Amino acid sequence: MAASKALSFQDIILTLHAFWSARGCVILQPYDVEVGAGTLHPATVLRALGPKSWRAAYVQPSRRPSDGRHGENPNRLRQFHQYQVILKPNPDDMQALYLASLEAIGIDPRLHDIRFVEDDWENPTVGAWGLGWEVWCDGMEVSQYTYFQQVGGLDVSPVSGELTYGLERLALYVQGVDNVFDLAFNDPQSPDFKTYGDVFLENERQFSAFEQEQADTDMLIRQFHDMETLVPKLLASVGRRGQPLVLPAFDHVLKASHLFNLLDARGAIAVAERQSYIGRIRELCRECALAWVKLEEADA
Amino acid sequence: MAELLLELFSEEIPARMQNGAARDLERLAADHFKRADLTHDRIATFAGPRRLTLAVDGLPIRQPNRSEERKGPRVGAPEAALAGFLRSTGLAREALIERDGVLFARIDRPGRSSAEVIAGIVPDIVTGFPWPKSMTSGAGSLRWVRPLHRILCLLDSKVVDFEIDGIRSGDLTEGHRFMGTGRPFAVSGFEDYRAGLERHFVVLDVAERRRRILDDARAACARRGLVLVEDEGLLDEVAGMAEWPTPLMGDMDPAFLALPPEVVRTTMRTHQRYLAVADGEGRLAPHFIAVANIEAADGGALIAAGNGRVLAARLADAQFFWTEDLRRPLESRLTTLKGVTFHARLGSMFERVGRIEALAPTIAPSVGADPDKAAVAARLAKADLVTAMVGEFPELQGIMGGYYARAEGVEPAVADAIRDHYRPQGPSEAVPTAPVTIAVALADKMDTILAFFSIGEIPTGSRDPFALRRAALGVIRIVLDNGLRLPIGDMIAASEFAGTDVVAFFADRLKVLLRERGARHDLVDAVFALGDDDLARVVARIEALTVFLASDDGANLLAAYKRAGNILNAEARKGALPEAVAHRSDGPGEEAALFDALRTCRPHVQSALASEDFAAGLSALARLRAPIDAFFEGVLVNSPVAAERANRLALLMEVREVMGQVADFSLVSG
Repeated sequence: MAASKALSFQDIILTLHAFWSARGCVILQPYDVEVGAGTLHPATVLRALGPKSWRAAYVQPSRRPSDGRHGENPNRLRQFHQYQVILKPNPDDMQALYLASLEAIGIDPRLHDIRFVEDDWENPTVGAWGLGWEVWCDGMEVSQYTYFQQVGGLDVSPVSGELTYGLERLALYVQGVDNVFDLAFNDPQSPDFKTYGDVFLENERQFSAFEQEQADTDMLIRQFHDMETLVPKLLASVGRRGQPLVLPAFDHVLKASHLFNLLDARGAIAVAERQSYIGRIRELCRECALAWVKLEEADA
Repeated sequence: MAELLLELFSEEIPARMQNGAARDLERLAADHFKRADLTHDRIATFAGPRRLTLAVDGLPIRQPNRSEERKGPRVGAPEAALAGFLRSTGLAREALIERDGVLFARIDRPGRSSAEVIAGIVPDIVTGFPWPKSMTSGAGSLRWVRPLHRILCLLDSKVVDFEIDGIRSGDLTEGHRFMGTGRPFAVSGFEDYRAGLERHFVVLDVAERRRRILDDARAACARRGLVLVEDEGLLDEVAGMAEWPTPLMGDMDPAFLALPPEVVRTTMRTHQRYLAVADGEGRLAPHFIAVANIEAADGGALIAAGNGRVLAARLADAQFFWTEDLRRPLESRLTTLKGVTFHARLGSMFERVGRIEALAPTIAPSVGADPDKAAVAARLAKADLVTAMVGEFPELQGIMGGYYARAEGVEPAVADAIRDHYRPQGPSEAVPTAPVTIAVALADKMDTILAFFSIGEIPTGSRDPFALRRAALGVIRIVLDNGLRLPIGDMIAASEFAGTDVVAFFADRLKVLLRERGARHDLVDAVFALGDDDLARVVARIEALTVFLASDDGANLLAAYKRAGNILNAEARKGALPEAVAHRSDGPGEEAALFDALRTCRPHVQSALASEDFAAGLSALARLRAPIDAFFEGVLVNSPVAAERANRLALLMEVREVMGQVADFSLVSG
């Protein structure tokens, strides 16, 4: 890959923003609650439910406490960035649109080996699954591509197509770099060039130590219970227009999910307890999904 | 005669579903043709990443005329019933046929054109297609494996016109996603279609794709003096992942070869679907074969380099797991096993390890193993389940435990037992032969079987969710192939379980195995009837019996046994057989001779059986043949004198009893 022409990390984001904006997406900002994946943003989980059409694109910092390597592994991060696109209903030419977006960021499909490899995505904590692929570029998974079939335990109609680009992986590829911390975050010619490491390495170090060694598990468990109490309470409360407080309730489901991830990273969840935790979060999510669909259908 | 071509063009179909889909398409098409009375010659189906294709030769232009008889009301039924029947059939009263007092209508259906029939059949096939998993897309309602985009359907070059969920059939297909023109093109029939695809860089037939991969990969290896490590399953998978398969050789840092070769191969296979490459001595070489789906303008240099970088990252991860795992001794992982559920009703993996640890040393002496070593190996056997590497690659269970055990200085016999105790995992895998390994392997499998039997999880029919049959077969093969003298009942008695029905379960599995190996099932039954649970002895008995019955003496003795048995059974039906003990009769000489022969024979048979010389036991029995034949010849069993009859029947019962010590001859056919 010609390094001089390669896009910087932020230029990949800006290019994707321009690409998907031109295709009718609302360009949103990352959700400001800690999440493990871009899918969990309410712009995906909730908007995939109900009858209304919706197109959105955004970057989502995704926290995976168990993947922390204290910044010492060139390929693993406890927080990475997903570029998330949701198209509802999925258009017929969605694969072609996706491939065009890869070309836009500098991956020529005639020089690389782009493959759609079976990967049936599911996220048990939000009761969601779909069929699709992981997309490989020369053997590297650069995106997850899914046609949602269920979200929050509910069948979806119309079906949404979801694209999740792993931005760091794509940038490694586009820039021909082996170590994530060496990625050009902005343009190397810019007056104040920064690498990915300049921006995030210290975060990796401190948060790996916090998430895997220092987080107070008793407190996390307490907070998890608080979320479990709060979500049904919010769903039973109403706003000025008589509507249940689904959006705030869902925020707290996300918090519960992140607390679970922290507990998991601390090794505080026995294998036998995992399913029970996941099931509890899924149930909270399902209740939010039901309330949201009711609201959307009433409004449609 | 007409040729049908159908192509269902979709987004990428999972490789693992393609062969099944091709078979289902063929079966469904044949069924529908049969129901529609459409005869045909060859049906061929093809499946690939983006298409499912059906080609049929020799279809008629039209369906034959068909007639159907429909049953109506009885003669003399109310007028309304008759009127209704006439309305529904569209016939007049005179056209009905009367038979046995009932009216029938014969409805003639003129044959429709085959195109018309097929236009009805294809939507049926498509909408009811049995994909293992299917989906809907957008606002559509059709369920297909991935979004379906185009349907090509031609009968003798003419489009068969129909529509499925908004997709109208036509004569267009398209080539390779990237190497093709990107535009659909029209075809006129199967040969034109196949050639057109080839021109547009799509190999239709999976067998051809597979052959090209194998040829090109072998050639790429040979050019560098290397050898392809062949892997049938992986080859099938990659042949389903590319329309224009293009093997490329990539390189890896030789430093990674310091990892266990299983780790390197599993990383390549599971994550990347790369074929492994070996040097002349069969050692892994620092290269791999990736099967790309494109011939790139630069000859694949970028692709090979990219794949090499990905593999390096994967192997770096594996390296991380390896060094992390090595930081903790296996023993320290046992407490973590407390959190791993074996089964909701059978407790944790830790408890299971405790049971195997107790059972293995009791088995050890019978298999020539040191009980202490067996206990240590059993204790550590499952510890690798909670290592990072096995978490990532579950198929490396056991193998990693073996490596980690060696690395921490556990003695080789114990480390090998940890590594191999899951063996044999399938009928083709060799059984362990090292004594400590045997003890742990048997304890592991027996615990699985006994534990699930104890909660009533007993295999039935095709239901065997915990693979207990496979476990039992493993035990049987280990015992037999190693010539072990280890009665199943002894292992059950040494466990903490009651083992109800377990011996019978083993007997059934052994029967299945022996039948598969060609043993006569009646002989298997005849020996099993003795209730022996020493598998090696059972097999030796069956083998001796097989040889014996093939001999003249054997065949005749069996006939004599049957004759004795028939008489006894017939007499038993008349009333209870006398409880007399046979004595040396002063009647006919043949009667006394049989008595003498039995007296001589019995100790011979018993001592032969005691020393497990079944051939000798059977030849001792063979000496009964002449006296029995003579007895039947010269003596009337059913004598009118009650005492004579009683003695003669007693003699026959003794024959049955003596012979029955070797096998239940009543179950032998012939």
